[in-house]
Amino acid sequence: MAHGGGGRMSQRLIESVFMPLFSNDLLDTRHDGAVFTIGNADLAFSTDSYVVRPLIFPGGNIGDLAVNGTVNDLAMCGAQPLYLSCGFILEEGLEIATLRTIAESMQAAASRAGVQLVTGDTKVVDHGKADGLYINTAGIGRVRHRVAADRIEPGDAIIVSGDLGAHGITILSTREGLEFDAPVESDTAPLWGPVAALLDAGIDIHCLRDLTRGGFSSALNELAQARNLAMEIDEGRIPVTETVRAACELLGLDPLYVANEGRFVAFLPASQTARALEILPHAAHAGTVLNETSAIVHLRSISGGNRILQMISGEQLPRIC
Amino acid sequence: MKHLDEYRDPQLVARLAGAIRECVTRPWTLMEVCGGQTHNIMRSGLEAMLPDKVSLVHGPGCPVCVTPIELIDKAIAIAAQPQVIFTSFGDMLRVPGSHKSLSDAKAEGADVRMVYSPLDAVKIAIANPSRPVVFFAVGFETTAPANAMAVWQAARQGVENFSILVAHVLVPPAMEAILSSPNCRIQGFLAPGHVCTITGFRDYEAVAAKYHVPIVVTGFEPVDILEGILMCVRQLESGRVEVENQYGRVVCREGNAPAQQTVAEVFEVSERTWRGIGEIPSSGLRLRKDYARFDAEQRFNIDIGHVSEPPECISGLVLQGVKKPFDCPAFGRTCTPDHPLGAPMVSSEGACAAYYLYAKA
Repeated sequence: MAHGGGGRMSQRLIESVFMPLFSNDLLDTRHDGAVFTIGNADLAFSTDSYVVRPLIFPGGNIGDLAVNGTVNDLAMCGAQPLYLSCGFILEEGLEIATLRTIAESMQAAASRAGVQLVTGDTKVVDHGKADGLYINTAGIGRVRHRVAADRIEPGDAIIVSGDLGAHGITILSTREGLEFDAPVESDTAPLWGPVAALLDAGIDIHCLRDLTRGGFSSALNELAQARNLAMEIDEGRIPVTETVRAACELLGLDPLYVANEGRFVAFLPASQTARALEILPHAAHAGTVLNETSAIVHLRSISGGNRILQMISGEQLPRIC
Repeated sequence: MKHLDEYRDPQLVARLAGAIRECVTRPWTLMEVCGGQTHNIMRSGLEAMLPDKVSLVHGPGCPVCVTPIELIDKAIAIAAQPQVIFTSFGDMLRVPGSHKSLSDAKAEGADVRMVYSPLDAVKIAIANPSRPVVFFAVGFETTAPANAMAVWQAARQGVENFSILVAHVLVPPAMEAILSSPNCRIQGFLAPGHVCTITGFRDYEAVAAKYHVPIVVTGFEPVDILEGILMCVRQLESGRVEVENQYGRVVCREGNAPAQQTVAEVFEVSERTWRGIGEIPSSGLRLRKDYARFDAEQRFNIDIGHVSEPPECISGLVLQGVKKPFDCPAFGRTCTPDHPLGAPMVSSEGACAAYYLYAKA
């Protein structure tokens, strides 16, 4: 199970099993999507699979995640998402009403994201084999701006697009039947809008990464490793809502490791930080890329002390006492 | 957020660190007993704020780390029995036994489930009357009341398919064992705040007097820990020996009486072997005779065969504060959270995990 957690073990599985067999220039960039040119068109192509349980949760359902997830993988390539494919694996016995709810959400999400679902497939498996429903989506987009790990430079500002941890806490609390005074809901959302707004304002974005499994910490550590540059984060500047923070404290989780479905980090020239924060009112200037060749993410804690932000191993497990 | 932000306030933290620096005239070695305190010290980078004269030694207050390896092996053997639903706090799942962990057993098909409370395990037992349901009752005095309550409720409601695998350990005997060691350099203690929420701190007064060491019951947030250190160092500098309570917002001298009564009803003091340390007399809990039928060790007569620990693992020395995780040749090389040799590298209260997660090697 830990291999699906988005942390070191996921990385290791991919590196040891898939990369040696499938290695090519595009795959070797290890980015969320592949970027290539066909004729005059610079295109991005990405895929993602959705196995979330429960299927429906506050703020959305598996259908929203399936559309927004691939839309966002393309957006993180600096590409305007255009077309999606969708494969459904349905468990025998899944209620048609549930499937319809999810499909309606997908149609609404696609419309919001400005993409069209243009091809698909449906399979049914025996009862007990698919947690109700698994969805795969793949997507194609047109690249508008080259973003890549190798464009990250020392001195770059690290901007986080909004508050962290809502999606993971929503799923965990729905699954475990935990309730909070202030309701928490998934942050699932399409991200091309904010990315396009930054580009329209002339921001020269160097790199983008969405903060899905493994959270903020995984994204930063992966990029620190890819670029072999150290980074410095100020914990106090990272927005986390009161409810998410309370839930994390109660369960012994760290919001920097919790999954998000509608948040990203952007690396951009320090001189453009103020302008970027004007464009994205909920964003925060979380940190800086250092002029230091090491893949360490340093963190200044809320209380003023320093530590490192290590990549998570498998999955975060809530503590005992 | 109430009762949180105030205790993480960077200005207050800086003031307390300054007060410690001003007060200290000689070197002092303090032990923070609880693994949760160790983690928060590392997580907030507090050690670097202390003057060089104050050294912190990490204590054995990690119940996951000190659970005997035999019990991990037994847990895995029980989980592998047909029909058994084995429940546990999440932290225990990755701890390596002689051959594998509960998480490995789960991947191999055992029905191992993470729960947040032993009462959830009782609910699972009620929902599955034909299946044996076992809960791994790990912890210091902090978790004993809830575990006692689970057994008491199971007894009252006739949930006979429920049982617990008991691994409870007690703090004062461990502190005495450390203090009686001829090589002990600990001059003051930060006592574990959440243990004392249950037990109170009367029992620590005898320890302080007998071994002539100041003991300060301390919380977990950066302000708590620095204030606890300040109070301890002030005692040492002035030659006082007392038990003081820094964590007054949660802890009182007598502790939580109903919790203590529930524990006393269901459990009694027993011998206990601490992983990496050895047997410490009267340092554990076991079910009383009236509740012995809920003891999973008696219910499942399991032969676990030969028990083995990796020879390179020095977790016992780390738990007693004799070595630091960075002193271990295996640290970060053959021993990481992904493939731990011992429990402290994998527990959220383990010193090795704290160093790996938060400290630069």
